[in-house]
Amino acid sequence: MKRYARLLSAQLRLSFILAAQYRADFFIDGFIEVLWTSTALVPLLIVFRDRASVAGWSFGEALVVVGFFTLLQAVLEGSVNPSLVAVVEHIRKGTLDFILLKPADAQFLVSTSRFHPWRSVNVVTAGAIFVFAFRTLGRAPSVGSVALSLGLLAAAIGALYALLLLVVSTAFRAVRIDNVSELFVAIFDAARWPSSVFRGVARFIFTFVVPLALMTTVPARALLGVADGLEVTGAAFGSALLLVIARWVWLRALAGYSSASG
Amino acid sequence: MSAARSVRALSALLRVGALEALAYRGQMLVWVLASTMPLIMLALFGAVAHEGPVGRYGEPQLVAYFLVTFIVRQLTSSWVSWQINMEVRDGTLSTRLVRPVHPLLAYAAEGAAAAPLRAVISLPVAIVLLVAVGWRELSSDGAIWLLFVASLVGAWLLSFFVSASIGALAFFMESSVKVTDVWLAVFFVFSGYLIPVALFPARIQAVLDYLPFRYQVGLPVELATGVHGRAEALALVGRQWIFVLAAGLGMRALWQRGFARFSAYGG
Repeated sequence: MKRYARLLSAQLRLSFILAAQYRADFFIDGFIEVLWTSTALVPLLIVFRDRASVAGWSFGEALVVVGFFTLLQAVLEGSVNPSLVAVVEHIRKGTLDFILLKPADAQFLVSTSRFHPWRSVNVVTAGAIFVFAFRTLGRAPSVGSVALSLGLLAAAIGALYALLLLVVSTAFRAVRIDNVSELFVAIFDAARWPSSVFRGVARFIFTFVVPLALMTTVPARALLGVADGLEVTGAAFGSALLLVIARWVWLRALAGYSSASG
Repeated sequence: MSAARSVRALSALLRVGALEALAYRGQMLVWVLASTMPLIMLALFGAVAHEGPVGRYGEPQLVAYFLVTFIVRQLTSSWVSWQINMEVRDGTLSTRLVRPVHPLLAYAAEGAAAAPLRAVISLPVAIVLLVAVGWRELSSDGAIWLLFVASLVGAWLLSFFVSASIGALAFFMESSVKVTDVWLAVFFVFSGYLIPVALFPARIQAVLDYLPFRYQVGLPVELATGVHGRAEALALVGRQWIFVLAAGLGMRALWQRGFARFSAYGG
């Protein structure tokens, strides 16, 4: 365990040293991330121009969901995506073998291989959105709600990581579709709205198949202080289940991997 | 080069482009499936319209709007700026320069050649559209549909010219990929791709008339869904083609200057 903590800190240090070489990117990447966040905000501003609620959510409440979406996107763009996309590249070039030879868990090594700190600027944007949302609502969240939503956020990050690992594991079989992670990022875009705007098949899919609801809507409901026990345990259990499945699929994919030569 | 040879070269380029698109059909399918944004927007606006119409749009109109948007974007998007950036950086642009065809013509042919396959992939969406809302929400005027075709060609050219212009910036700076990102974000919001232009406050709409974004996606969609009369439609398509012309001239100027610098690297 201690060894892995040391490994993680080494990998993080390396990423930060790399990022420090491209300091100008901090402003450019930061600006672009903030600009993209506004593509989630403008439709809400338009929709709430002449009504007080949409699918049971007020403007301020919907903003809290966008806040969690922005936060998760920062995690996705800043740490999960860069590392796992590199796996696809490793498989294609045959360099995955070098990682498999190293005396540490391969999943850990690939998952922590690359961080883009500059792309995490949106953590700050998300904070601003939360502040704006609760000012709009005219109240502050209770300490208990904040704690619960932080726990659910951790579960959401776990689920996000597990889903992307599942997607990446398909690259062992379908090497030619190297943009498959783009598809996941595109589907994740649906998490920007409260899950109740989706109806019929879409709602079922986003709750049980690609559980976007547990990633942004449930933490948002927790922060707003309206989440019930069923949602919270469902989110925690769902996230844990996804992580177990992803680990199992990853190990199976590795077992079937015959490296570039085979 | 004679006109006949140009035509022969162009048809060969189109054939190669179509075969390439077919060879990488798996990737193409993923790109098409990844263009989920109009459908995500449909979910939000659909939920809103379920409770009451949004501006002039009721639920069926919004379904038609966003499904047509999905198709129009598939047929008119251009990703040439990424390609140019890559080829300027790794030097493969040089091999294009020794060929007797202008690189821009080659890029355009490759892009256009992918359209048929994209059309085939978009076909299921078109069928869903017809089944879900029928012809009722689409224009029933033949003249409007002719203008729609003109606006679709205009939208494709405009997207290509803009993308190739941003790509040409790679001659002047290290990489213009981030310029593309900025353009795309603004384009998404103001082109009608995420939000029908008619839903913006009147003041913003007035500004959007004089920006290129709406003419890249919004206009063809508005024509197909029959929100404009003939005279208005003609005026809008006319304005679109002024933007096409301006963007084309801008692209030519940027390329001429950029080329001079590119050769200056000494290859």
